Amino acid sequence: MGSERSDQAGRRVPTAVKILIAGGFGVGKTTLVGSVSETRALTTEEDLSERGIGVDDTSGVGDKTTTTVVMDFGRITISDDLALYLFGTPGQNRFAFLWDELALGALGAVVLADTRRLADCFPSLDYFETRGTPFVVAVNCFDGARRYTTEQVRRALDLDPGTPVLLCDVRDRESSKRVLITLIEHVRTSSVAAVADAALPATAGR
Amino acid sequence: MRPYAVTGGRTHPVSGRFDLISLIQTTQLPPDQRHGLSPEHLGILELCRNLMSVAEVSAHLDLPLGAVRVLLGDLLVRRLVEVWDPAPPVITHDDRTLEEVLNGLRAL
Repeated sequence: MGSERSDQAGRRVPTAVKILIAGGFGVGKTTLVGSVSETRALTTEEDLSERGIGVDDTSGVGDKTTTTVVMDFGRITISDDLALYLFGTPGQNRFAFLWDELALGALGAVVLADTRRLADCFPSLDYFETRGTPFVVAVNCFDGARRYTTEQVRRALDLDPGTPVLLCDVRDRESSKRVLITLIEHVRTSSVAAVADAALPATAGR
Repeated sequence: MRPYAVTGGRTHPVSGRFDLISLIQTTQLPPDQRHGLSPEHLGILELCRNLMSVAEVSAHLDLPLGAVRVLLGDLLVRRLVEVWDPAPPVITHDDRTLEEVLNGLRAL
């Protein structure tokens, strides 16, 4: 709609977009980031104690408490002026505010699930559903893990019928690629739907 | 080394907000502008000859984000770096951008 990634001089403006990779501990978030990014997964560290946020650090060692949260991420260069970043979300509940920062402006999210511990992805599902962030559920098929169909997983997670569910192997680049492509296709569909919704006159019930 | 030693103990940048995915590029200003900079500042200038996000600068220099933001603020004030903060959703979620991302992913 006339939005251009260029400045007043007509120069294309470098743009970065991001996708979040969420899910329970050990489900393969970092592996997915590493398998599809240009380099191995990188790590960065946010020092929460400097941010004036009341993080309850129970270690009680020393006179100054320091809480850091480590984030894994990777980059996919789409073009000279468009870069896609994948961020693995730190799992702990107490970093919820960091999720808000990460989710702000994100194109969408991948919720990785492990069928042996399905409940581990519930907090991520709740978070993105509440926030209205488009997401797909990718079931990481670990060796030897009992296979379920995507329909069984959808039922077990009580997902909205429009939410894509797919099986994947996060160690495999092609498989991880397919997860991201499915997400972006879903984001496109969702934004078309959102525009259509907004165009409708307000009606009772929704 | 303690991470905030490289910033002289400062924890807030003098300029800029520096999102995780704000993009940084070193400008072409003459070398005399670099007088008085620390090795870490110079490290950033070297690294950001290629377009790089704040998160990547932090990862490559092995410094926490807070310290990187302070150093970037110093460089921004001297106009030694150019910064592009994330675009608003009207641009990032624009169909053309999404299509470009899709094509890029398919081409991987």
